[in-house]
Amino acid sequence: MFNMTKNVVANLFSKSSTRLYPIAVRGHFEGFRGTLHINIDECIFCRTCMIKCPSQCIAVDNKAGTWTCEAMSCVYCGVCVDVCPTGCLSMSKEHRPVATEKQTMAYQGVPKKKKKEAAE
Amino acid sequence: MARTILPFGPQHPVLPEPLHLKLTIEDETVVEALPTLGYVHRGLEKLCEVRDFNQMIQIVERVCGICSCLHALCYCEGVEQIMGVEVPRRAKYLRTIWGELHRVHSHLLWLGLFADAFGFESLFMQFWRVRERIMDIMEATCGNRVVVSVNVIGGVRRDLTPEQCKWIEEQVAIAEKEIRQLSSTILNDYTVKKRCCGKGVLTKDQAYQLGAVGPMLRGSGWAQDARQTGYAAFGELGFEPIVEYDGDSYARSAVRFRETLQSLDIVRLAIARLPEGEIASKVKGKPQGETVTRVEQPRGELMYYLKADGSKHMDRVRIRTPTFANIPPLLAMLPGCELADVPVIVLSIDPCISCTER
Repeated sequence: MFNMTKNVVANLFSKSSTRLYPIAVRGHFEGFRGTLHINIDECIFCRTCMIKCPSQCIAVDNKAGTWTCEAMSCVYCGVCVDVCPTGCLSMSKEHRPVATEKQTMAYQGVPKKKKKEAAE
Repeated sequence: MARTILPFGPQHPVLPEPLHLKLTIEDETVVEALPTLGYVHRGLEKLCEVRDFNQMIQIVERVCGICSCLHALCYCEGVEQIMGVEVPRRAKYLRTIWGELHRVHSHLLWLGLFADAFGFESLFMQFWRVRERIMDIMEATCGNRVVVSVNVIGGVRRDLTPEQCKWIEEQVAIAEKEIRQLSSTILNDYTVKKRCCGKGVLTKDQAYQLGAVGPMLRGSGWAQDARQTGYAAFGELGFEPIVEYDGDSYARSAVRFRETLQSLDIVRLAIARLPEGEIASKVKGKPQGETVTRVEQPRGELMYYLKADGSKHMDRVRIRTPTFANIPPLLAMLPGCELADVPVIVLSIDPCISCTER
């Protein structure tokens, strides 16, 4: 009984143990794998990310110069970021907002010309 | 007396995952239980034919969300054994730290769900509040809360800085203090004891004969734990399993509660002895051969059988999860109990049905 009274008094004078959600939002820690980004200008369309992706959500067309990612299929493991030879893939700590429709990240870049074509 | 057949699950307020039990009852006493599984089969083992052996790490992590790190650890250790890869010491210690943090958060989750099974909602929330601190450590150090994805073949992907180590030690100390505050409620409370003591008794011989694993086995008096085999850094850290002798639901919850504190101690010890050096060794070639690896999951012993034929795909990945081994003991515990005790007894094996069905 005395224990309970002690707890009740402590609870009356302690600060709230929950966050006032819409006002106070919990941020993410540094290094959290939230969203995948690509700097398409640096991409060489080598298709390494497409081959290594465990959920096979990335599609790269090296002739047309397109890079697409099915955002809803991505599991945010970060393997593509690790294997990218140019470092054009990165992850930011803010996660994707709630969506009502399936999203696809589609980027159009300039495919690298082969040496022969470049010489002509 | 007339017998009635009562379906328990697959959708039941107390069950986090779908398990169907056909309970034959006489008045309010259970006389027979028949399980049905197969509601969440995903065919993950078969995926080894279309995903290469590196991509399988992310797939085996998804066998079980709660112990994802340990699944990946078991798989990676197996492939490393086949390929003869020497893992750097620092990577072994980091694997131990993350593995034990997974055990802590899984046991805290279970202790909360167990409290919920006998209707103690506020205790459930207290355990989950402490668990959130462990999830924060995971998010800050691995980049994700649950499926941490840190293991690769040959080592780990992320390192801990000295500041992070210090911060983890602080957080672990606070978590330990908060867990100890709850010990008198989960272990000594009159109502809790009334619901757990003597419910679902599994004798020492039964536990051995029916092949129970993990806290089920240790709650019945057997000092057996896969961590004694010395995987990851346990060979250097040393390990003594926690044992209780009563074999009832209370003994199993006591084993899990004490293991939570023990795992926090292991995390502290591993951080204190964390060696300097590389975190991953370079791996070349493709695996060829077969092996069996065992690690201790929060629910018990996890076993992987791996067979590789020298191509980039594994030939066979066979996963035996602890819940699969713990279902026969569950069926031995249920006959003779009261219907109202069924949720407590089912929860006391810590069922992870998605794990079992893969």
